[in-house]
Amino acid sequence: MIPLSHYLVVSAIMFAIGTAGVFLRRNLITILLSIEIMLNAVNLSFVAFGRSQGTVDGQIITFFVMTVAAAEAAVGLAIVIALFRHRESLNPDAFTSLKW
Amino acid sequence: MLALIPLFPLLGFAINASMGRRLPKGVSGGLASLVMLASFAVSVMVVWQLVNLAPPQRVIEQTLYTWIASGDFVLDLTLRVDPLAAVMILVITGIGSLIHIYSTAYMHEESGPEYARYFSYLNLFAFFMLVLVLGANFLVLFVGWEGVGLCSYLLIGFWFEKKSAADAGKKAFVVNRIGDYAFILGTLLLYVRFGSLDFQRIASAVAPLAPESTFSTLSLATLLLFIGATGKSAQIPLYVWLPDAMEGPTPVSALIHAATMVTAGVYMIGRNAVLFSHAPETMAVVAVIGAATALMAGTIGLVQNDIKRVLAYSTVSQLGYMFLAMGVGAFGAGIFHLYTHAFFKACLFLGSGAVIHALHGEQDIRNMGGLKAGLPITYWTFLIGSLAIAGVPGLAGFFSKDEILFETFAHGHTILWTIGILTSLLTATYMFRLVFLTFHGERRHEAPAPEHAAEEEPTAHGVDAAQPSHQLHPHHSHLHDAPPAMALALVVLALGSVLAGYLGIPHALGGGNAIGNWLAPSFSARSVTTLATGQVAEAGQEAGETVGGERGLELSLMVVSSIVALVGIALAAFIWLKRREIADRIAAAFPGVYRLLLNKYYVDEVYDATLVQPIRIVSQEGLWRGVDVHIIDGAVNGTASVIDGSSSLLRRLQSGSVRAYAGSLFIGVVLILGYYLWR
Repeated sequence: MIPLSHYLVVSAIMFAIGTAGVFLRRNLITILLSIEIMLNAVNLSFVAFGRSQGTVDGQIITFFVMTVAAAEAAVGLAIVIALFRHRESLNPDAFTSLKW
Repeated sequence: MLALIPLFPLLGFAINASMGRRLPKGVSGGLASLVMLASFAVSVMVVWQLVNLAPPQRVIEQTLYTWIASGDFVLDLTLRVDPLAAVMILVITGIGSLIHIYSTAYMHEESGPEYARYFSYLNLFAFFMLVLVLGANFLVLFVGWEGVGLCSYLLIGFWFEKKSAADAGKKAFVVNRIGDYAFILGTLLLYVRFGSLDFQRIASAVAPLAPESTFSTLSLATLLLFIGATGKSAQIPLYVWLPDAMEGPTPVSALIHAATMVTAGVYMIGRNAVLFSHAPETMAVVAVIGAATALMAGTIGLVQNDIKRVLAYSTVSQLGYMFLAMGVGAFGAGIFHLYTHAFFKACLFLGSGAVIHALHGEQDIRNMGGLKAGLPITYWTFLIGSLAIAGVPGLAGFFSKDEILFETFAHGHTILWTIGILTSLLTATYMFRLVFLTFHGERRHEAPAPEHAAEEEPTAHGVDAAQPSHQLHPHHSHLHDAPPAMALALVVLALGSVLAGYLGIPHALGGGNAIGNWLAPSFSARSVTTLATGQVAEAGQEAGETVGGERGLELSLMVVSSIVALVGIALAAFIWLKRREIADRIAAAFPGVYRLLLNKYYVDEVYDATLVQPIRIVSQEGLWRGVDVHIIDGAVNGTASVIDGSSSLLRRLQSGSVRAYAGSLFIGVVLILGYYLWR
């Protein structure tokens, strides 16, 4: 049986990758994908904890996260499309008109 | 029953104030007079009940309801009539009715709404004045005290389009406030000391105490009350508002500023006679202030040229007499003079009103003269009033003034007596100067007289400029004597000026000093019945001694003051009737003194320089430009600019860079989690 710590290490690595993606990539769609990776890293740790504790709570919360992530992806993509129509660009640095 | 006395005028006020502008003049004026007459009728009935009681039990009380109930402090709205209040309500409602009737004719040139406004104020005044004298404790008295001040303000400034009238009203109000402040302090001090505000309870608490030999609580409390009285009753140092108050309609001057309101201070001291007689230090102050005011106002009255101002200074002077009487402990004599003064001073003011009315607003006596033929009723009533105030034997003023002077002398205040007798000379002289310049000789138009041009007081110019119309009238053609309503009031008051004094014929002349005996129970603590009767008996005994021991003294003093009065009249006749140039020559010989008197000792100017201007400067430069603009506005604006400044720093954080936001979010989460994991 694979110990809990292994799952957590994988989860941490995925989360770090996702975070790095959010910070480093200059494309809004890639950033959204990176956020999905971070969410899935969290899902993985939830499921792993649930398994090691012998409860279903981790799995239930994972379903919620997946639902929310689906909604978030839909809304996020819609916003990205709207932004692209507006500025002909997907670079987040182009959208600073709310800055004071 | 008792409550009806003030409620009738209040009803008149309510009707005239709410619907007066739609009522015809006859109805609003008639209604106002009618409620006063009704109030007078009830007063007479109440006093008749009082007369039928035995002297020590002469109190009728009516508690309307509990006004304030707060913990230990319970205060009832109680009305109480005792002999002192009985005299006051008869004066207020009686003379008040006459003045209301007089006003219906005097004010007939006003438009309907103005006419109703005038009468509503006048009724309101009567209501508050009656509350003042009927109140059984300090707080009810104070309600009346403030109310009459308000009505005085409203009526002085009745013609408020005229700046001088509006200013005079404000001056009266502000000066009165100063006194009222001291009055409140005195009242509070008495409450702290005695735990009650009821006059009788305070009196009976004070009665067993020995008079204060040093200046302490009682002296301080009474002194504060007296400062209140100096404001309301126009004594030094707060008398300055009364002469200016003559800007109001003349009947108002007669009612408020001669007969009733200004005597409130005298009444208040009489009401607290037991209290005041336990504070000899305050009594000395009262007597000295009274005498000084009497003399000072008398000298100013000698040179004034406005008919109403002469009467105003005469009022101040006579009030000084009353306070002199109060100060030497002759409470009965003071109230007696209050009562006779109400008759003859109201008569004189209404007479001057009739003159002003006949001359279409002219008030400068240098533009009068020779009015005797055209205004016979006014002349004879004015003459009787002047004789009465001068103290000619047989008229009202003689008995009361003589009583005061005698009591002053008998209590050993020789200097004060000398001042009193000197004032008596001045009174006779300036009153007959007024009579002779107004009614005798030829009609003149000499204000401003060329030789006095440089010394002219600015107000005289103002009066002249404001009243150019009279110059257009031919001299004698438009003289019309007082119309019936005015004549009625004048004649009744003139009769009163003759007869009022016979209530108080002194023992020395074989009388019983009926009014003195009538008032005596009011000046002693009555709650302990045996004590009260004892004191009344004592008072009677004292009076009896007067008959025996000091009769000769009283008679000789009486002769002296009669001679002084006649000398004063003769002097006035000689100077202003026979040789008018003497007056000018005297004035020219002592220009400094003349100018000093003409300018009223420059008291207004001194107050202006020492009090008004510093307060103005402190308020304007210090409190307004300093405290308000800088500190208060500064605090508000400072709060705003601190927020503004800190936000302008904070808004730099809003860079618009999504990655920067995400980065700070991430770092924040790491820091918080790190703290909880490794703490």
